[in-house]
Amino acid sequence: MPKGRTTLVTGGTGSGKTLLGVQFLVAGAREYGEPGVLVSFEESAEKVSANVASLGLDLDGLQRNGLLVVHAFRVDPAEVIETGEFDFQPLFLLLADAIERIGAKRVVLDTVEVLFTVFRDRAIVRAELGRLFRWLEDRAVTAIVTGERSDGLSRYGIEEYVSDCVIVLDHRISDEVSTRRLRIVKYRGSAHGTNEYPFLISARGFVVLPITSVALDYAAPEERISTGVARLDHMLSGGLFRGSTVLVSGTAGTGKTTLGAYLIDSACARGERALLVLFEESPDQVIRNMRSVGLDLWRWVEAGLLRMWAARPTAFGLETHLAILAQLIEEFAPPVAVLDGLAGLTHGSCVAEVASMVARQIDLLKKQGITVLATTLAAETETSTIGISSLVDTWLLLRNVESDGERNRLLFVLKSRGSAHSNQVREFVLTDRGIELVDVYVGSAGVVTGSARTTQEARERDTKLQRDEDLMRRQREVRRAIIEGEARLAVLQDELAAEKAEIDRIERRQQHQTADVEEDRAAMASRRWADQAGDERGQR
Amino acid sequence: MTEPRRTGAGPEASDPRQTWELRLYVTGRSPKCARAIENLQAACEQHLAGRYRIEVVDLLENPRLAADDQILAVPTLVRKLPPPIRKIVGDLSDTDRLLVGLQLRPRKG
Repeated sequence: MPKGRTTLVTGGTGSGKTLLGVQFLVAGAREYGEPGVLVSFEESAEKVSANVASLGLDLDGLQRNGLLVVHAFRVDPAEVIETGEFDFQPLFLLLADAIERIGAKRVVLDTVEVLFTVFRDRAIVRAELGRLFRWLEDRAVTAIVTGERSDGLSRYGIEEYVSDCVIVLDHRISDEVSTRRLRIVKYRGSAHGTNEYPFLISARGFVVLPITSVALDYAAPEERISTGVARLDHMLSGGLFRGSTVLVSGTAGTGKTTLGAYLIDSACARGERALLVLFEESPDQVIRNMRSVGLDLWRWVEAGLLRMWAARPTAFGLETHLAILAQLIEEFAPPVAVLDGLAGLTHGSCVAEVASMVARQIDLLKKQGITVLATTLAAETETSTIGISSLVDTWLLLRNVESDGERNRLLFVLKSRGSAHSNQVREFVLTDRGIELVDVYVGSAGVVTGSARTTQEARERDTKLQRDEDLMRRQREVRRAIIEGEARLAVLQDELAAEKAEIDRIERRQQHQTADVEEDRAAMASRRWADQAGDERGQR
Repeated sequence: MTEPRRTGAGPEASDPRQTWELRLYVTGRSPKCARAIENLQAACEQHLAGRYRIEVVDLLENPRLAADDQILAVPTLVRKLPPPIRKIVGDLSDTDRLLVGLQLRPRKG
């Protein structure tokens, strides 16, 4: 707010003008030590306090501590009759009194335009208001003046006097969902966003969102974190980069939420806080469903590590969703967030708005260095319904493939920025122990999954078995042949040995015979006294 | 004195015993306020001679009275009695409107 100047806040009924004003005063009193004055022309002081008490603003306490003065005027046009000139001097006196008494630095006039309906002489009201604003400026009082919004900025053209800063509040209903927005129309001497900023009236009061800094200036850490599925980490060469954004798209029932739950489980197991935003299911439902695949999320909720927040997409406007998300992030500061069922947001809103909203959500999360996994329903294969694919760093596609009368899930890594990743399709099997990624059978008939894959695997096993058996048989045969050969060899060797022995015997016998013959001849010769017939034998 | 069909003046206006309690809020001696006092006195003398009381409250002396009494503009004339309370804002220069406001509308002429 421009200090020492007057700001006009215009808006329709119920757009939160009064609240903005009151919060401005309370903030001044509590945080800046600037007491304030509230002049209400619409509601009684009690009513104003009661209304904002539900938002945690304690006006009575501030009044007791001399930090706030509330004056309320209930003026009924029916009981006021004008005759001749008048001025608003009492108002000036009251304000001057408050400024003097508690040192008020902030003034809120809510809704000044009521004066136009009470007093018929508009020229006087106009002149008096102009004087009032100048008077406030002279006293260096920061003021908020609220006005009823009509076609222009304010119904009675107060903006002519309040030329420094004009804020328009809007409560727009688009497709039956209402969204509160704030726009700074004019702010002299200050760079201001000209966009419409969504805001939220929550239990903490009036919250404007620090959104849409479209600047791409977030840090990119090198650290990788696990997705909770080992095979998937491997496919992404080591997991997700911290602070990156993952989009999981796929048709219904492909296990998107389960992937998200895995990421959360692994984050919580590391002791990190995680935020799960559900647009389709209730927290209980998710906890139950995840238990069926072996994930116990409830223990993380109990440990205070997991915060779940569920809301139907149609429960609020898109901007409100964004606002709530921003608030959750601020309160909880989770390093990991999962947004489940983004596509649900398209119900009742046009796609372009959703895309911009999601872009801002992602932007918001990214700026905080939060690792995000967003799931979305995608009818087609390689486009996400809400066209945010260019915003995400990693895109996992889950696809159902129907063949042989069954549907099987496939997981692809469509892209993963700044990291090598597997180009292969994996079959994604959900069992009661969790996610399993299984190699698909890639054969001549294309990708085979599910029971077809099982069959194929069995067939392959059979073939292998048969091949193994064949080899074994061959081996056995050869081995037997060898044994036989060896046996034959032994027999032959035996025979050989026998033959050799025979030859020896024959030779020996021959020698014996020769010797015998000699002996016989000698014996004979001696017997006959035969002479030495020219040889040795003859001499004997 | 009165027309049978139209009773522009309240019943109390014709009641001679009713005392009129009027309070005029002013801020100091501004010309507007001075004019209002003059105009009011003149009108009362003319129409309520002897049965009115005027109290002039200067908000400069106690600004917070403005909030308590719901006085946003000055001069403001408040008819406290007879009920109901009526507020008339302005310097009361338009006597006709003043009388209408006080429900003292007299018959013309």
